[in-house]
Amino acid sequence: MPDAVRHLSFVVQSGEHVAIIGPSGAGKTTLLQLIACALKPSTGTLRLADVDPWGLSVHDLQKLRGTLFLAPQVPPLPPRQRVVTAVLAGRLPQMGLWASLRSLFYPAYIDQADAALARFDLSEKLFDRVDRLSGGERQRVGLARILASSAQLLLVDEPLSALDPSRSEQAIKTLTDIATERNATLIATLHHVEMALKSFPRIIGMRDGQLAFDLPAAQVSPQHLQALYAQNLHELDGSASAPHHAPDAPPLPVVMHCR
Amino acid sequence: MSPLDSRGIKRDPAWAGRVFWLLAAVVLLWPMLVLTEFKVWTLFEASNLKPTLRFLGDFFPPKIEGEFLLLVAKETWRTVAIATAGVALALVLAIPMALLSVRVLSVSALTGKMDKLPAIFRTLLRWLMVVLRSVPELIWALIFVRVVGLGPTAGVIAIALTYGGMLGKVYAEILESGDVQATQTLLRNGARPMQAFFYGLLPQNATELTSYTVYRWECAIRSSAVLGFVGAGGLGQQMDASMKMFNGSEVATMLIVFMLLVWLADAISAWLRKALG
Repeated sequence: MPDAVRHLSFVVQSGEHVAIIGPSGAGKTTLLQLIACALKPSTGTLRLADVDPWGLSVHDLQKLRGTLFLAPQVPPLPPRQRVVTAVLAGRLPQMGLWASLRSLFYPAYIDQADAALARFDLSEKLFDRVDRLSGGERQRVGLARILASSAQLLLVDEPLSALDPSRSEQAIKTLTDIATERNATLIATLHHVEMALKSFPRIIGMRDGQLAFDLPAAQVSPQHLQALYAQNLHELDGSASAPHHAPDAPPLPVVMHCR
Repeated sequence: MSPLDSRGIKRDPAWAGRVFWLLAAVVLLWPMLVLTEFKVWTLFEASNLKPTLRFLGDFFPPKIEGEFLLLVAKETWRTVAIATAGVALALVLAIPMALLSVRVLSVSALTGKMDKLPAIFRTLLRWLMVVLRSVPELIWALIFVRVVGLGPTAGVIAIALTYGGMLGKVYAEILESGDVQATQTLLRNGARPMQAFFYGLLPQNATELTSYTVYRWECAIRSSAVLGFVGAGGLGQQMDASMKMFNGSEVATMLIVFMLLVWLADAISAWLRKALG
């Protein structure tokens, strides 16, 4: 199997907002996971704030992971969890074990969760269960979790895959606002090229696991995009990509063994 | 062309194979029957049939004296108590073992291979669970009747040990087989393993875990009645005593009560699992 990402080198300044675009299978998600220390690069180096994360001990690496936030494309929410708990889970690295257990008994920081949801128009869902939400609502709950965390590096994978155009615009604006407010670095992969060009000052184009271009948004020309999406032109105009996850299947029956 | 038989009709080509496997089954099963001294006809020999029939005849009418019924009720309650206490103790054993042996909660396994030491520790824990559950609770009960004496304590310990291993192993399996994305994301964002458990893994699998526990509690009730026969208290011990006295009417009452108990536990557990699902 060829490496999903190779021959790729770039520097992101702290506080920058960067969008990664490219056709499906270009290695965008893998790149994001590499930056998040969720995957270990087989060759090459990654430095976060001038530290080599893979040179750290397991404990220190886990502490470092607490300062970044990786939002996967499929919102990572247990179906039976309540929205308030799901959002507050973003705070876990800052909470002690005891505090996080107490918060399960009676949620601490309800106001914070409420405020986070309000920015994504989900305030009224605060005490609903996750499995009562639509796909788009779940995705926004996943993004609202960012507000509960205090991460300084926000890595967001396809935040718009389940959102309609107006919601997409709102979500991207909220994301960039959050990053600006806390002076955090924001790196997002986006299928929605137009939105990326409009909302992000810097665009990284990826194709076949390699860097195609790394330019300020104003300098990305239609030729660049044509070349990037050659053979995948339908993805270029398909403003919102189809959601990648199927609707939840009913839970499988439990197999009982009299062992 | 299929070969024809003497009357000129086509032969069934599968026949030879069918005869072969039938004969093979007999050849294989016969030694087993001999080995297990399977002799049904001894049941019907006149010398055996008479006491059997007399014992079975005693079943009717079942004994329904107030004092005896009170005793049976007390022993039934004791059976339920043994099962419940046993399962509760088993949980104390199973939950930590399951949590410590689950790979999903390992931070070092998040990227590639788990560190060596935790990997060895997890394997050892799994072996311990295998040992605990591979000894049937009846054997544990026999051992503990010798250690702590006749009575419910032995039954409780026996159930706790076997079910501890069993629950621990199945819990670990349930936790590993579900969707791990929520848990993994929490760990990737810097949560501690226990936090990832309570905010990701547990809500993801809570229904299945509870449902399995309730089902095992039902199994434990049946099992604790059997444990009584080796002196571990409860309904089984009473039944054993009555059987040794050839007191058919007492045995009949207790059998009926036992069937009712199993039916009730089954109904409660089915209802609970449905309410959860």
